[in-house]
Amino acid sequence: MVANTPGPASSPEPGPAHGARSDVGAVRPPGASEDAEVLRGYYRQMALIRAFELRSAEMYARAKIGGYCHLNLGEEATVVGLMAALRPSDYLFAGYRVHGYALARGAEPGRVMAELFGRVTGMSGGRGGSMHLFDAGLRLLGGYGIVGGQLPPATGAALAIAYRGAPGPDSEAVMCLLGDGTTNIGAFHEALNLAAVWRLPIVYAIVNNQLGMGTPVEAASGEPELFRRGCSYRIPGERVDGNDVLAVRDAALALMESAREEHRPGLLEAVSYRIRGHSVVDPARYRSAEETQRVRDLDPLPAFRARLIEGGVLDQETAARIDDETERTVTAAIEFADTSPPPPVDTLFDGVYATPVPNVFTGLPGDPPPDGQTTVTTLGES
Amino acid sequence: MTTLTLGKALNAGMRRAMESDPKVLVMGEDVGKLGGVFRVTDGLQKDFGEDRVIDTPLAESGIIGTAIGLALRGYRPICEIQFDGFVFPAADQIITQLAKMPLRSLGALKLPVVVRIPCGGGIGAVEHHSESPEAYFTHTSGLRVVACSNPVDAYTMIQDAVRCDDPIIFFEPKRRYWDKADIDLDAPGLPLDRARVVRPGRDVTLVAYGPMVKTCLEAAAAAEEDGRDLEVIDLRSLNPLDMAVLEESVQRTGRCVVVHEAPIFTGLGAEVAARVSERCFYHLESPVLRVGGFSTPYPPSRLEEYYLPDLDRVLDAVDRTFAY
Ligand SMILES: Cc1ncc(C[n+]2csc(CCOP(=O)(O)OP(=O)(O)O)c2C)c(N)n1
Ligand SMILES: [Mg+2]
Repeated sequence: MVANTPGPASSPEPGPAHGARSDVGAVRPPGASEDAEVLRGYYRQMALIRAFELRSAEMYARAKIGGYCHLNLGEEATVVGLMAALRPSDYLFAGYRVHGYALARGAEPGRVMAELFGRVTGMSGGRGGSMHLFDAGLRLLGGYGIVGGQLPPATGAALAIAYRGAPGPDSEAVMCLLGDGTTNIGAFHEALNLAAVWRLPIVYAIVNNQLGMGTPVEAASGEPELFRRGCSYRIPGERVDGNDVLAVRDAALALMESAREEHRPGLLEAVSYRIRGHSVVDPARYRSAEETQRVRDLDPLPAFRARLIEGGVLDQETAARIDDETERTVTAAIEFADTSPPPPVDTLFDGVYATPVPNVFTGLPGDPPPDGQTTVTTLGES
Repeated sequence: MTTLTLGKALNAGMRRAMESDPKVLVMGEDVGKLGGVFRVTDGLQKDFGEDRVIDTPLAESGIIGTAIGLALRGYRPICEIQFDGFVFPAADQIITQLAKMPLRSLGALKLPVVVRIPCGGGIGAVEHHSESPEAYFTHTSGLRVVACSNPVDAYTMIQDAVRCDDPIIFFEPKRRYWDKADIDLDAPGLPLDRARVVRPGRDVTLVAYGPMVKTCLEAAAAAEEDGRDLEVIDLRSLNPLDMAVLEESVQRTGRCVVVHEAPIFTGLGAEVAARVSERCFYHLESPVLRVGGFSTPYPPSRLEEYYLPDLDRVLDAVDRTFAY
């Protein structure tokens, strides 16, 4: 982990360069202080996300899922580590690669899958789809399909927290997720600056999976060590191995703590890898065979499993049972989604406005006309 | 004659524009190595190099803004926006700078920037990926807005757009990217500002552009079986409108239905209806009717078929023009 404190950018050792990190996937026993049940819980969540995403890809191929579908495959350690640093009272804003976060935040797998299927039982009533998962109860304030769209609103949520209450160990805080490519859009810089000048309780968590669609980080970012991108706003930044769930969690916890206790924004960069294409339909031809293999070798799931077994936290049998259970959970989620109805067409206008608005025409063909418009139904008799 | 899809026709048109003028550049997210999300710029970087086909970082405002700077210094950039809904981060540069620079310099500054935007639905995508944002741009003076509907036009219109010294928002019907046609690569096209009667008819004028032209042609074919002869006009230019073609047609038919995917409320159809009503008032047998999307954000794929205007909705509107 590399800390990047405010001040001259010359200071710390550069973080481990992507692709050259020797520690990734190494079997290190968890620290003695870790609770075995908690560790098994992380493994369970990672396995659930893996199974969920693999089956989602399959459901997409079978045309059960429409639209675009972006998977967290390869990012499971990052996802679970980040979510482990949040309290239920914290707010989460995400991009469009959001399934895993919703699951790790505690959303019912069936409701997530149903949303992907576009069914009424989905977490957004089948109206959001894969990119726009939303659950106010879980304080998951969106999936955002527009790159960077989540950044200013997340910053605003942090402003609301700062406005309402003093810093302290009980303060709420916001985590705003984004991808490496997203650091290049203007909204990122506006948001960071606002968070800095207003001293807001927010952690921007960059999931650096090395690629923005087909573009590598180095080709797109003037400062490819993304944790340093907070420097110009004096926002402390840290880089962690995104394949190490405990390292991600600890780094995120530390930044969330300063967000709570000092209302100070932080920037976390978790370096991970996207195992597949940008979305389910992307064959990722821009990636060489060697690179694809290298990415596979860094897979965080078998690494964490081995690490837990090595540390005596998990035995083969328990691991196999957990894998089995997650498979069954996902199968049940698919069944739930598949047997749920799509939203009826007469709900097309529901929720467009949060309140009833006079004079808004919400007619479908064949409905009675709005004032001043005519249809055959009214004219036929005349 | 060469058979090309609409996507490939655009590619061939850009290729030709780049061959004939070294100042023509292509820029956008993943347009180079990847060839764009719809592969419309496929192979251009390989053939023209990384300096002329520029993979940009994820920064729409930056893409359009730098294109403006390039154009001010004599280049002719073609910018690709990946999907309709992603143009909004660039709306600032488009509306407040690109559209206004010529006037600020009283024409001394020319801004030959083409902004290519795949638009419309029908591919099972969701909001941001299926929208029809043309009216935001037709509302902005200083921009020319065009939409191609078929491979033949796509091929010449993109070249004409690149040659044009004013900024152009160029809409491409994404669900028609894979439609094929025979193209004479050396035949000149209809000028960019002209509408085209794509099917002559006597009874009703259907006005469409982009993806809905094909839908209207299908509706006209279906209506023929019922003995109705529908004329179909492809606007091609959305701002300015080629009123001469519209007037001539509606004065003959006396009935007019405008069809687009965008929501009807203050959509382009409202402008067409108003202009046609003013110019053809005494020839009209019925009010100008509109068929379009509903006043809701673009729905997810399960509801898409209800949302998008189809043959039935077009024919229903045609019927209604006869109810007066
Ligand atoms: C404003 C905008 N421009 C372009 C896109 C298309 N797009 C979606 S994701 C993406 C790449 C983002 O990369 P990154 O931030 O690294 O996130 P990742 O997909 O790797 O998780 C692009 C270009 C978009 N959704 N919104
Ligand atoms: Mg990325």
